[in-house]
Order: sequence, then C-alpha cells, then structure tokens
Amino acid sequence: MEMMGLEPGRIQFSWVSSAESTKFVTVVKEVTDAVKALGPNQSFVKTKARVA
Amino acid sequence: MTSYIQKIKEVSERLLKEGKVDAVLGFRKGTIPMMNEPYFARKPGDVQHLVWDSSCGINLANYLTDRQENIAIIAKGCDSRNIVTHIIENKIKREQLVIIGVPCKGMIDRRQINSMFDGEILDVTEDENNITVKGDGFEEVINKNDVLQQNCALCIHRNPVEFDELIAETVEEQQDIDRYEDLRKIEAMSPAEKDPFFEDLFSTCIRCYACRNACPLCYCPTCFTDESKPQWVGKSQDETDIKTFHFLRAFHCAGRCTDCGACERACPVGINMRLLTRKLEKDCFDLFEWEAGMSLDVRPPLDTYKPGDPDDFIK
Repeated sequence: MEMMGLEPGRIQFSWVSSAESTKFVTVVKEVTDAVKALGPNQSFVKTKARVA
Repeated sequence: MTSYIQKIKEVSERLLKEGKVDAVLGFRKGTIPMMNEPYFARKPGDVQHLVWDSSCGINLANYLTDRQENIAIIAKGCDSRNIVTHIIENKIKREQLVIIGVPCKGMIDRRQINSMFDGEILDVTEDENNITVKGDGFEEVINKNDVLQQNCALCIHRNPVEFDELIAETVEEQQDIDRYEDLRKIEAMSPAEKDPFFEDLFSTCIRCYACRNACPLCYCPTCFTDESKPQWVGKSQDETDIKTFHFLRAFHCAGRCTDCGACERACPVGINMRLLTRKLEKDCFDLFEWEAGMSLDVRPPLDTYKPGDPDDFIK
C-alpha cells in the first residue's frame, strides 16, 4: 500500500483478542492519533466527475 | 531459436499421430510481422503451420484454463512456470499435459522496433543473434539483445522448469542481473511524488482490460472489475478508478506472477503495469523466499502458514 502512495502509518494492523479490552482502547487511540497527525487522506480520493 | 522449429514439428507430429494428445498448443504466423498468434494443431497435418521465433511472447498457459482434452503445449521458461501455477491451482491436471520445453533466449519488443523506423515494417526475419527488419524503402539488421522485451532482458529463468520433452540443449541462465533497479527508485519516492508518478503511468489507460485477458493468472469466471453487485471499482476513466483497477489486479497476482510480460505486451498503449506485479514479486521473494511456479510440490506462500512468517506489521 505504501508503494502506491499511501503514507506509512495510515494503515495499521493489530491483533486484539475479545478479552483484551484495554489493548483495544490503546490501539484505537494510537491509530486515531496517528491518522489525525497525518491529516486528511489526499490520495485515492475521487473528486467530482470531470465533465468534458 | 528459429532452429528449434524442425524439432518442434517432429515432436508435435509424433504426439498427434500416436494419439497421446488431442491438440498441440503452439504459435502460428500472425497477419502482421512480430505478432505470432496462438494456434491449436489438432491433426498431424496441422503442424506445418507451427512457427517458432522471437515473436512468440504470448503466454500459452493462458489457453489451458479448465481444458478437458489432453494437450501438448510448447513452453518457454515463463510459460512452464505458469503451467506449474495452473496445476497447483487446479486449473488443469498434470496428466492431461505433455509439456514441450523450449529453452528461450528472450522475445523481441515489437513496440521498440516499430518506434525505430518511420515507415511500416513489412517483414521481420532473424537468425541466432540478429533481427533483419524490412519495410518500404529500408532494410536494417539489429542485434536481438538490443531489442528484447524488458522482462526478457531481466529474465533469470530462461529454461523450462517442468517439461516432458526438451527441444534443445538448455541455455545459460543470466547471472548477476539487477531485476529491481527501477522499482527501488519508486520505493524511494515520497508519498507526494508517488501519486503523480502513477497517475502519469496510467494516464493513457483506456480500460480495455487486455492486460487482464492476456494474463494466464486472470481466469476468474467474473472479474472484480466486471461485478456490479457490489461494484468493487468504478468503471470510469477517472484516475482513481484506473489506479484502483491496476493496483487490485496486481494484488490478485501476488505470489503467482512469473513476469512473463503478457500484460505489457498486450497493452495497446504500452503501459508498464509490470512495475506493480514486479513489486509484489520482489516482496514475495524478500519475505517468503518465494518464486512462483518453480515446483509442483511446494504450496505458494498465500495458502500456507508457517510459524516463522514475518509479522512485524501487526502491532
């Protein structure tokens, strides 16, 4: 995914068991913070259709 | 390589006469130079139409999918690896096939040759090392190694890996080739540079799907691009849609692509979409030491689990 131009860190993978509620909260916080820091996604965004 | 044809015809005729196979899948001369087309020889008399030269770049494994009859197939190094992939993926049985292996020294890039001349090329002939191009008012001899398809110039598996009959002595494999020089340049780009780079790369794409149709890996009954419920990818010429199509198609070839170059060869506008499949090929080798289609006995990395599989990306 980074090859095609997404910033490193915008996509993250994690393994959280249903029993690991605290880990889940931590992961969600970390991911949202990381993505907020990167700002809105610019690549792979379809803007309005271009009309000739 | 042109000297192979006599032996190819002999073997094909014998197999058809003995009734071992119902058809021999090879090439016959195309209607324009440097465009040989796939051909099923079904009777011993048909083998006279078979040809072999440096314009046999199409991957014949593409025509084996779900075949019921017994087939002899003429296979270059890359074809043979795709045949192995087909067998592993249950698209044809090994018992149905007689693989006629052809050691290959590379196929020529017709686009490059066409661009070297102003007029229309009317005839192309070749000997071991040289290509003679004739057209209206010009005739020139060029060194074959200068006009190889890029994937052939970078090829490290020229000899068939799986075969029943071998047409000629194996050729020397190319050593010390840097297959990924251009890829490393892209990897080194920043995200802001990559976006315009790929948009430019695919800017001429007309969404004809020739790359998909020529690819031996793309045998899904309904391709994701053709599905409408759900519609995975938009069908417009919007650059996001075009990029999505090419990236997704490349991902579907991960760990399966042999870099035979059929996609790029089939593309009417000459897009180098192999950049994407080669990136995945490189990753598969770096992460799993996997090269597609090298053995019938090893399962591909995407359908096996090993405790040592890299998992650094999971937090």
